[in-house]
Amino acid sequence: MAEKNSSERRRSIGWMGINRGHHARPIEWILEKGIFLISFSAILMIFLIFLFIGKEAVPILFERVNSAAAQKVLSSEEVEKLSKAELAEYLGVSPTELKKMDDETVKLLLEVKAESAKEAPTDKDAAINTASWRYMLKPYQWTGYEKPEYIWQPVSAIHKYNIIPLLIGSLKTSLVALAFSVPLSLAAAIYVSQLAPPVVKEIVKPCIELLAGIPSVVLGFFALLVMATVFQNVFGYESRLNAFVAGIALGLAVIPVTFSISEDALTSVPSSYTQAALGLGSSKWQAAWKIVLPAAIPGVFAAVILGFGRAIGETMIVLMASGNASIMSLSIFDSTRTITATIAAELAETVFGGHHYRILFTLGLMLFTVTFLANLAGEMTIQRLKRHLEGKA
Amino acid sequence: MKSALKKLSLAALMLAVISTSQAASTITAKGSDTLVILAQKWAEAYMKKNSDVQIQVTGGGSGTGFAALQNKTTDLANASRKIKSKEIEACIKAFGKRPTEYKVALDGLSVYVAGDNPVKELTVDQIAQIFTGKIRNWKEVGGNDSPITVYSRENSSGTYEFFKESVLKGADFAASAQTMPGTAAVLQAVAKDKTGIGYGGAAYGEGAKHLLVKRDDSSPAIEPTEENVVKGEYPIWRYLYIYVNPALDKGEIAKYLTWIRSAEGQSLVKEIGYFPLPENLRAK
Repeated sequence: MAEKNSSERRRSIGWMGINRGHHARPIEWILEKGIFLISFSAILMIFLIFLFIGKEAVPILFERVNSAAAQKVLSSEEVEKLSKAELAEYLGVSPTELKKMDDETVKLLLEVKAESAKEAPTDKDAAINTASWRYMLKPYQWTGYEKPEYIWQPVSAIHKYNIIPLLIGSLKTSLVALAFSVPLSLAAAIYVSQLAPPVVKEIVKPCIELLAGIPSVVLGFFALLVMATVFQNVFGYESRLNAFVAGIALGLAVIPVTFSISEDALTSVPSSYTQAALGLGSSKWQAAWKIVLPAAIPGVFAAVILGFGRAIGETMIVLMASGNASIMSLSIFDSTRTITATIAAELAETVFGGHHYRILFTLGLMLFTVTFLANLAGEMTIQRLKRHLEGKA
Repeated sequence: MKSALKKLSLAALMLAVISTSQAASTITAKGSDTLVILAQKWAEAYMKKNSDVQIQVTGGGSGTGFAALQNKTTDLANASRKIKSKEIEACIKAFGKRPTEYKVALDGLSVYVAGDNPVKELTVDQIAQIFTGKIRNWKEVGGNDSPITVYSRENSSGTYEFFKESVLKGADFAASAQTMPGTAAVLQAVAKDKTGIGYGGAAYGEGAKHLLVKRDDSSPAIEPTEENVVKGEYPIWRYLYIYVNPALDKGEIAKYLTWIRSAEGQSLVKEIGYFPLPENLRAK
């Protein structure tokens, strides 16, 4: 019966819902469609951003960029012999651009090309395309190093673009942040949703969610000046700014995310569950721990995933508090450099369209993909949990 | 009341019209963060003298300045390093000419350590070895037995590149070097860290000790003072530059550039903490 009703309605509303009782209220109809357009454009915008980042990263993904420091230089006789198309390729411009240039410009460009070749290094690494996946992912023994190493030194005679230290840096700080924030926020969520009297709940919940309102730059500042010094005095490690300090500060930013989502999940468990447990003689604590939490565990999982997305994408805190040294180390008490901090610190100075620029975009694309997937997985888990708890699955 | 308000707004409007029509020419300068304070100082002083010129100064980094020069969104590009051949290429592609280079000031780079560090002087080679991670303990250079914490700048900074080229001779910084967002941050970190060492403009330096630097083992240790930097005795120094599209280097812009390099413009350099150009490089 219900099904028949809805299909009838669907047939009768007309084009874009114009017949849905809006004959008398055209303004409402326009407003509704306006809001639809705005939300649609938000989705479109995300898509365009993804497209833009992807476009800038594609040459790196398919290894179409050559960052080799040594350049082939042709003598002036050889240049004379080149066809127009070859000359354009040699100068790195398109044939139409070349047509527009006068002879003097071309001569200047050739001159500069020869000059830059003179400056270029000549050691055995100079011919290597360092922007290829082999050198971005695997260790290599560069000139002057004693063993194969993972090196991120983009501003250098030989550009060294190994991204592994950055990946490890990002993961390390995010994991510290999660290890710190998940137990705390989960405990707080269980307490607030299941055990606390209403008065306490009404104070504690907004207080924790208020943490989300602290600008991350302020958290970073606090970590840089206060937490770093205090922790160094307490734990006595060597470098003042490290993954641990950054991770804890990051954890403060993650707590409101994990707290409010897991609290949501716990609250959405029907109260009949708790009442049944209490009715069978369990304590409040037992009901919360053994009945409600297991029922809401996908929600908690989603909270952790979304918290991870927030942590790995956060920039300002890690930029200020992690020390930003691209060390290949698993110790959380070493300074570390994250992907986000690297992009923030380096992008402004890169040559636009150059290999360094494109590699930073590739890192951005990776980050975007990871956070996108994390958010997607989190949202999907929450939706499924909701349906499940409402008995529709 | 209403009419008074009307009159007032009319007057304000007229004032705005007059002031914009008076500022016949606007010069924009963009680029190095190292130079931004000095460039602002120059702009202020010059605008005070020539009320018909508007000068807008923004930072963002030397590379940002060069990019803006190519896109013709700025007249002058401030830079704390020499232009790279890639950037010259881009400029030639954009406006068919090499940008003109002007040296506008000198900057001495100091090496800082904490105030209570017993080390007083280092050779350039020792500094290079410390920053590349070959020397890891202070006792190797005559200090206490404690590991060295190296503080560096972000690789987007002109200071970083200069230090790498001229002191490390192009070698990589140690991976364990912590990078700080500015000279002031380096200085603060070094002042707080007994085992720290960092580098930055000679003009900065409250709270930390400037090391004396020896060119090699046998030469004397030199203090980074103005006299020593300008004479070229102190070994770690660089020029600061302004680049301009030669097609624009005429009229007000040319006048402004000449003024910067004159005795008057150079007298402001010291107030900011850089060093003025030697006589032979100034504009006559």
